[in-house]
Amino acid sequence: MRAVTLLKTLSAIALAVGLAGCARNPESVQAASTVKSEPTRKAAPDFTLKDADGKMVKLSDYKGKVVLLNFWATWCGPCKIEIPWFKEFETNYKNKGFAVLGVAMDDEGWDAVRPYIQQQAVNYRVLMGTEPVGALYGGVESLPTSFLIDRQGRIAATHIGLVSKSVYVNDLKDLFDAPAAGK
Amino acid sequence: MTSKIFSTLLLLANSGFLLAQGLNSLAVTPPAEVALKRGVPGTAKIKLKLPPGLHCNTNTPSDEYLIPLKLTFAPANGLESTEITYPKGKDETYSFSKKPLNVYSGEFEVQASLKAGTTASAGPQVFHGKLRYQACNDSMCFAPKTIDVKIPVVVAN
Repeated sequence: MRAVTLLKTLSAIALAVGLAGCARNPESVQAASTVKSEPTRKAAPDFTLKDADGKMVKLSDYKGKVVLLNFWATWCGPCKIEIPWFKEFETNYKNKGFAVLGVAMDDEGWDAVRPYIQQQAVNYRVLMGTEPVGALYGGVESLPTSFLIDRQGRIAATHIGLVSKSVYVNDLKDLFDAPAAGK
Repeated sequence: MTSKIFSTLLLLANSGFLLAQGLNSLAVTPPAEVALKRGVPGTAKIKLKLPPGLHCNTNTPSDEYLIPLKLTFAPANGLESTEITYPKGKDETYSFSKKPLNVYSGEFEVQASLKAGTTASAGPQVFHGKLRYQACNDSMCFAPKTIDVKIPVVVAN
């Protein structure tokens, strides 16, 4: 319940920031990194979800990588702005130990999601979301909601609603520059 | 600077309003009672209102992936809905969409033509409908919702 309240508060702040104009031209707005300091980061809840090929995927399998965990849906317009950015990140940062994981929250499941990701040539892994997994991440009441997870499997940044591309770029740069786990 | 602070406070206050209302709440004004004679259609007017800053798709959204606003009634107790009339939406442009989207915002009204069949019992009853919609603001979208719409009906003898 506390997580839901926290998410609602974050949603309201994101809403206010969004209305204030941050999302006016999300591709061009410049922003500073929003990555939290290491001691304040909490472990990203682990989960297992199916990907488009029916393979079970565990978040903890990605430990050691920087992960952009993006909750989205085919009916969500702002989510669709981010997808080309995430495709670009997946290509450009793959050799830095990075992966995008899209978690689709469509009630209609793969019938709705598969054609869309094929049409958009999504090059990163997309998983089918469930309510329990959404609940692990505060309820995910609004989309897009994204979490940047560091190499130690901790949530380093949370973005609720559409933010500018440069926010992600700067956050990822911070995370790539951080020393690797155990070093 | 003062105006910036005021704007920020106003936005935060507005967010508080939205939270109090539910971030994704489409308010339904209880419709007026509809008097029906058997075999003669009557009209229920359903007034709907979205909080400021939110919009939802019309019944005929601009994109195949968008979820339309849709009012449905299952026939019950001799009552049925014969036609739903949706208002025209507005074509609005948002930061997340290259083309304008046909949406509802603020207050709007959906009308339902109702008919009482021969099996409808005389007197007052409530006809239940379901309204499905999906709302967004300029930077985020909320999960689709289905809400109850209750129409008070009186069937004449």
